[in-house]
Amino acid sequence: MAADQAQAATMGGAFAEDLEAQARFMANKRYLARRRRVLPIVVLFAFLFLWWGAVELFDIKPFIAPSPVAVADVLYHRFGILMENLVPTVIEAVCGFLLGNFAAISFATLFVWRKTVEEALFPIAVMVNTIPVVAKAPILVLLLGNGVEPKIAIAAIICFFPTLVNMTRGLRDVRPEQIELMRILSATTSEVFFRIRVPNALPALFSSLKIASSTAVIGAIVGEWIGTTKGIGALIVQSTYNYDSPLLYATIVVGSTFSACFFGVVSLAERAMLRWNVAQNN
Amino acid sequence: MDVAHVSDAVNCERVSVRFTTERGTVTALENIDLTIPRGSFLTLLGPSGCGKSTLLRVMADLIEPSSGKISVLGDVPSVARRNREIGFVFQDSALLPWRNVMDNVTLPFQVGGGKSLPGARSPQDLLNLVGLAGWENALPHELSGGMRQRVAIARALVSGPKLLLMDEPFGALDEITRDRLNEELLQVWESTGTTIVFVTHSIYEAAFLGQQVLLLAARPGRVRELVPVTLPTPRRLAMRETTEFVTLAGTLRRILEGC
Repeated sequence: MAADQAQAATMGGAFAEDLEAQARFMANKRYLARRRRVLPIVVLFAFLFLWWGAVELFDIKPFIAPSPVAVADVLYHRFGILMENLVPTVIEAVCGFLLGNFAAISFATLFVWRKTVEEALFPIAVMVNTIPVVAKAPILVLLLGNGVEPKIAIAAIICFFPTLVNMTRGLRDVRPEQIELMRILSATTSEVFFRIRVPNALPALFSSLKIASSTAVIGAIVGEWIGTTKGIGALIVQSTYNYDSPLLYATIVVGSTFSACFFGVVSLAERAMLRWNVAQNN
Repeated sequence: MDVAHVSDAVNCERVSVRFTTERGTVTALENIDLTIPRGSFLTLLGPSGCGKSTLLRVMADLIEPSSGKISVLGDVPSVARRNREIGFVFQDSALLPWRNVMDNVTLPFQVGGGKSLPGARSPQDLLNLVGLAGWENALPHELSGGMRQRVAIARALVSGPKLLLMDEPFGALDEITRDRLNEELLQVWESTGTTIVFVTHSIYEAAFLGQQVLLLAARPGRVRELVPVTLPTPRRLAMRETTEFVTLAGTLRRILEGC
């Protein structure tokens, strides 16, 4: 907490040596950290066990719900097929993420530069955003064909709006004193932009990038439902039609794991770039 | 000596500022006449809404007067601003939270063509002067409110301004910290020779710091009275218990109550 650190900083002499209390404090802190990591794993295994028990006990048919053992079996023995289908999804999601966010940041910059651009374009962006992704997908397939392009486009469009809104707000909502300060220093418009507006927008940008990291994967998967035979989305559709529920579940596990990793990478980037803000908020 | 050299730090002639909103026009300042000699310390005192901060912002070229004439350091305010001769300290330190102490202090060198300012001072010397040696790499959120204001003062001084404008800089601090910073500010003023205009709503702060106290009346903001302070220098906090100081504070209070 910032206040505590400030206290610590100004009252360095106020700390007395008490090794026993210090040791107890640290032990408690370690216990809390361990609990935070171990608890979700314990709950996950408990859930898997219950699931397995229910399937065995009530003799649920595999095509209704597979046992976790069957899913694990598919994950192990058909790992090659799963990875083969993950690769195109990863490419589409990452390309869409980069493209959509780059476009959103560019438009946010334009909006902040000239309010008239925002007034002209923002309502249109809102309208496009109201179209459900399952409706955008066929339109884009018709427009762009059966290749990776429409999937990238869907992932990009799905990332675009949250980043546009957050980035515009972050670039614009600068503390007035900081702008006054820059004026007193006779800073140019571009100096104000790069030294005040951009750093000020980074926390909001990373919030939307974290959302976008998950939605980009969803966009790519939905895009693969139509007119393609490769990818996590295509595999979901195929396994559903074949009543191959262990494969369906295993595919979902693979897709979600990738999504979580993508989220983790963006969070790590945030930690590295926003040390000042992360520390401030903890 | 050339004319610019002997000109006043600030000269206002019938300066008025009006703001127009949908609810009508507000007169923030009306016909302000004011001369601030170079090297002096003027405190602006008045109730809220009397236009103290507006007047300070007119001097800093942040607000343009609606009518009247103002010159800062012998020229229009925008020239003084572009020559980087004005320093400003805000009520909230306005430090950039993503920059450490040293990078905040050196910001004035990095923007507005500040690479080679004739009056530039050493950032390290200034940090030593405001008592923050050893804190160069700390981030603003790691500092207390008083320390943040010290950084802001160092940043305002680093370009070597001839005019330092301070807008209630210690208003949000606890009284002990405020007292200490008041004393230190006078030392900074003596060691730099900068003209200081200091806005406050504390009678004691105004009387303790200023060579002159300008009292403003509210709605519309106008000059009430300019009171000279005859307390001896250098000033020490203990001085506030002398009869002379108490009498002065009483006088200021009575004028304020009549506003």
